[in-house]
Amino acid sequence: MDQAPVPAPLDDSDTLTKLHPNYSHALRVHATLASIPFLVGALVLETVFKGEGLFPSGIIAGPVLLIALALIIRIPQTRYNARGYQISADRLRVVRGLLFRSDTVVPFGRVQHIDVNQGPLERFFGIATLTLHTAGSHNASVTLPGLGEELAREMREDIRAHIRRESL
Amino acid sequence: MNGPRNTAPLTVVLGAIGAIRSAVIPAIAIAFSGIGGGGRFLLAIGVAVAAVVIGTVTSYIGWRRLTYTIGETDIRVESGILSRAARSVPYERIQDVSLEAKPLPRLFGLVAVKFETGAGGADDLALQYLTAAEGEALRQLVRERRDEEVAAASTDHAGPAQAADEAGEVLFAMGPRRLVTFGLFEFSLAVFAVLGGALQYVDNVTSVDVWDVDLWYGWLKEQGSTVVTLGPYVQALGVAAGIVGLLIVGSLTGVVRTVLRDWGFTLTRSARGFRRQRGLLTRTDVVMPVHRVQGLVIGTGLVRYRFGWHGLSFVSLAQDAQEQSHMVAPFAKMDEITLIASAAGFRLPDDATAWHRASKRHRTDKAVTDSALFVLAAIPVAIFAPFGLFLIPLGIATLAVGANLYAWEFRRHAIDDRQVYASHGFLSPTLGVATRLKLHSVEIAQGPLARLRGYATVHLGLAGGAFAMHGVPIAEARALRAQVMETVTATDFSRLDAAPVQQPDQALSEAHSGFSENFLAT
Repeated sequence: MDQAPVPAPLDDSDTLTKLHPNYSHALRVHATLASIPFLVGALVLETVFKGEGLFPSGIIAGPVLLIALALIIRIPQTRYNARGYQISADRLRVVRGLLFRSDTVVPFGRVQHIDVNQGPLERFFGIATLTLHTAGSHNASVTLPGLGEELAREMREDIRAHIRRESL
Repeated sequence: MNGPRNTAPLTVVLGAIGAIRSAVIPAIAIAFSGIGGGGRFLLAIGVAVAAVVIGTVTSYIGWRRLTYTIGETDIRVESGILSRAARSVPYERIQDVSLEAKPLPRLFGLVAVKFETGAGGADDLALQYLTAAEGEALRQLVRERRDEEVAAASTDHAGPAQAADEAGEVLFAMGPRRLVTFGLFEFSLAVFAVLGGALQYVDNVTSVDVWDVDLWYGWLKEQGSTVVTLGPYVQALGVAAGIVGLLIVGSLTGVVRTVLRDWGFTLTRSARGFRRQRGLLTRTDVVMPVHRVQGLVIGTGLVRYRFGWHGLSFVSLAQDAQEQSHMVAPFAKMDEITLIASAAGFRLPDDATAWHRASKRHRTDKAVTDSALFVLAAIPVAIFAPFGLFLIPLGIATLAVGANLYAWEFRRHAIDDRQVYASHGFLSPTLGVATRLKLHSVEIAQGPLARLRGYATVHLGLAGGAFAMHGVPIAEARALRAQVMETVTATDFSRLDAAPVQQPDQALSEAHSGFSENFLAT
């Protein structure tokens, strides 16, 4: 890498690359798994209070179910839409967050090491998480989940090659 | 030279003294507790002797089994009586070597040698104790080894000017007068907490129950009735005397603590780095390489700011005693700080610095959100509490608004061709300075409100510290990021300070060797 590309890639144009479509499915499954304990808890409460006749049945489980459904059906898609990344010759930009947006740029020249992780769920969906570690205290590791497995490895190789070039 | 070596034999004596110290309390406890009836004093002595003997023997075996080896490329320490542990630290990863002499070891002429690697606290390598001369020699050796590696690996970075730097030039020192002034500003009422602890102790060992409310109530009533009879003037005088007393005690505590910590504070600059020595009873001696300094933080206090006193610390990966950054000038005037900063290669902001204020929308939003809670609290108070009380939360809300409006004047940031600056705080402004080149990432973060109103917080990744600019208008934040990225991407981490760049052929662990180089450059 001799120099940064002269027309510096427009950082903030809206050409964010979308993540792998399976990522939203993975999020959905994750949300489902996370909401099961709450649903079970709500049902238990329902049965406990059933005999008391204090309030109509379904007043606990109903809202919990509604929230869970929203979390499972709607939120993953919006979260997926809110996320994106942009990779250029010398930097990676990661955008995420629904309410609290965060827009991080990591220059490859400052990457200390690179991880590609896959949990069981991610393996099932054929996606992977790319993590870049920097020496900074803030953003010591920047994660980019929901990349296609192949792509994640390619990106790792690219970034690694870049680091090697720089270090020569 | 290169074989495994033991630490100083006197370490065993210190271990024995430690054992005696820890045996005293249980022995006293047994003596006064009534365990064992009539023979309890004998029992207490027996327990104490056993504890001391066991402690001493353990300390002796521990000393025998702890060896350190100064190798070609690393320092290895093997320790452990039953389970063995071996730790190796390569010279190139050692951030700095510090010597610490607590009072007791100092009596015996011993020091604890600590190797800072940036791993943080307990993970760092420490050798206690070595004789002071040995410690100094070891530090010298580590430095030389590291420089040899550097010199061997680099072609353009030969170091001829390394012999004559040991004396160095004194950059900053604090004499007794400065220390006392500093101590007065370090006003602290911590002594009362200590007193509380002491009372608790008294409670434990004597029959006086200090937590018995009736006792205190009775005492207060007695005193109170005396006070009542004295008349208003004397009462006022008493209150004044009490406050003056508090002030004196607090100031004295501050002075004593400061003198203990910072006695003989000297900061010297040599070719190899900054060296800081301080401490009256516990003497510490820390060396920080110049190129490891990532940024500066200039802080101050509520009152001392009005008198023009500031403190300077260096941000780096290594950690100071309890703090994250190395305090290099705890109490100095701005011109002294400028001198130190320029010695570290930093430029402090001056009149030419183009400061940018935080967004006015950020100011408004912050004022509104900060006061909203109090305004909300005023509503139930107005309804339920006696009339007039609701003015209190409303007053606080007004104060919050005023403080925020005023604080906005101080919340500003700037960027120039080499550095970034950010300052905040209106009662005691804090200024952060970092080199653009040594930043590791840039994040633009926005909450829902910030997104609606078009401003953001810019977090800059700084090794060993935090650096954030708040309330930056979004367009400006993006421009700032673009500027920083331009500098950052132009130079690889490993070249940050023209650090040596070495062998290209480590195909297998390329990423790893890159990391070590990068780390070296930190």
